[in-house]
Amino acid sequence: MQYLLLIYGQESFWGTITDAEKQKIYKEYGDLIQDMQKAGSYKGGHQLQPIATASTVRVRNGKKTVTDGPFAETKEQLGGYFLVEARDLDEALTLAARIPSVRDGSIEVRPVVANRM
Amino acid sequence: MQMENIYRQEWGRALSTLIRLLGDFDLAEESLQEAFTIAVERWPQQGVPANPSAWLISTARHKAIDHLRRRQRIELRDNEELIAAAGAGAEYVESLEAPMQDDRLSLIFTCCHPALAQESQVALTLRTLCGLTTEEVARAFLVPVPTMAQRIVRTKQKIAQARISFRVPDHHDLPERLEAVMLVIYLIFNEGYSASAGDNLVRRELCAEAIRLARLLVDLMPDAVDVRALLALMLLHDSRRPTRTGPNNELVPMEEQDRSLWDQEEIREGLALTESALRNGPASSYALQAAIAALHAHAPRATDTDWPQIAGLYAALLRVSPSPVIELNYAAAVGMAHGPEAGLRLLAGFAATRELSDYYLLPAARADLLRRAGRMREAAEAYGEALRLVKSAPERQYLMRRLGEVTGEHSKL
Repeated sequence: MQYLLLIYGQESFWGTITDAEKQKIYKEYGDLIQDMQKAGSYKGGHQLQPIATASTVRVRNGKKTVTDGPFAETKEQLGGYFLVEARDLDEALTLAARIPSVRDGSIEVRPVVANRM
Repeated sequence: MQMENIYRQEWGRALSTLIRLLGDFDLAEESLQEAFTIAVERWPQQGVPANPSAWLISTARHKAIDHLRRRQRIELRDNEELIAAAGAGAEYVESLEAPMQDDRLSLIFTCCHPALAQESQVALTLRTLCGLTTEEVARAFLVPVPTMAQRIVRTKQKIAQARISFRVPDHHDLPERLEAVMLVIYLIFNEGYSASAGDNLVRRELCAEAIRLARLLVDLMPDAVDVRALLALMLLHDSRRPTRTGPNNELVPMEEQDRSLWDQEEIREGLALTESALRNGPASSYALQAAIAALHAHAPRATDTDWPQIAGLYAALLRVSPSPVIELNYAAAVGMAHGPEAGLRLLAGFAATRELSDYYLLPAARADLLRRAGRMREAAEAYGEALRLVKSAPERQYLMRRLGEVTGEHSKL
């Protein structure tokens, strides 16, 4: 079964750490992706550009509005995601707990709706 | 009635195995209910089968297969797998010699999964493992029946849709998951034990169910020492239950309880388990609480209570699981061990930090110590403060009584 792991964190945190610390975190992500690929769990993932680059679109009563920024102001911002294949929720949670951002942010684990033929 | 006992014994056990075989809570429940209906009709006349669990599971499984075949016209693939699973279960069920205890362990860990809201964990545990009806669970928690029904439905949906597996957690997850299970059991017990308004009959049931669950856990996980401590704690509290309320549902404080009415069997077992837990495991929060309860149970009269040891245990408990409530209990114990002024000095710390500002037990504890110190006017003030914050009727009555004692007036209730 597939789960989307939504990686939330305070964007400002990234600005408070040294380059060396950033490299360490990137390496952790790289190692995690490699492990997941070997296990067949990895189905995709990306880091997202910061929320300053976000735009939100809505259509109400046929009228389209575009606004600057994310859909809502939140304390933690969506910074990336992984799509994983896992046997059950516990396996997905174990994977999520290995994501570096879990230490200072939050990872939402959402089951994906399976397509029915 | 014999069927009542059989229900109590077999429901959780049979349901757990059916959930494992069928992979579907509702289907398992429905088919087991049907099997039970047949049993209730037949067994009183034909006699109970040698292995009631096997009969129930086998019968329920056949009912389930019927349901699935009927459903198959609407839904497709999933049901084929289920029918195959239900069919495969046949060999397992027929070769039944060993009790199917593992499945109940899987069920309790599933119900108490941290990904479920706490109140949902409690509701589902009571509904499935303990076999309480939705109405009984709703009544126990003073929640409207439709609300409780919805809660239980949504919880099962989450389990299915997020795919929470029906199994005992992996080794590395086990300690944390066991903590969650013990907390649910503890919450169920406390709900039954608490003095807040509610149906007394149902509440007694909750304490019994919590104890039953803890016993099951002790049986199925003999190496989990802390579970024994939890069972000890509950047994020791439960032993006093007959004396905690008076004939008019008024609260009777421990020092006034008729100790000859304390359940000696529960105390014996509780003391033995406490000793075992302290000897074989760390001084956990449950173990320390059990030790404190054991000291109370051990004292033939209130005046024989070993308050210095109790105070010491509360101090240890504070280190293990610090909380304002435990600080309060510590201060009260110190007051009993070393004189009211010592306890009052500790309580003065609370006024400074403004913790527990809405909790009536703080001024009540202060009032109690002031009363023992003979400072009646101040005690009356403190009881007044507590009365402004108290929520439940029995506790309010108790405080009014004390207020009457310190002011020399006797309130008529």
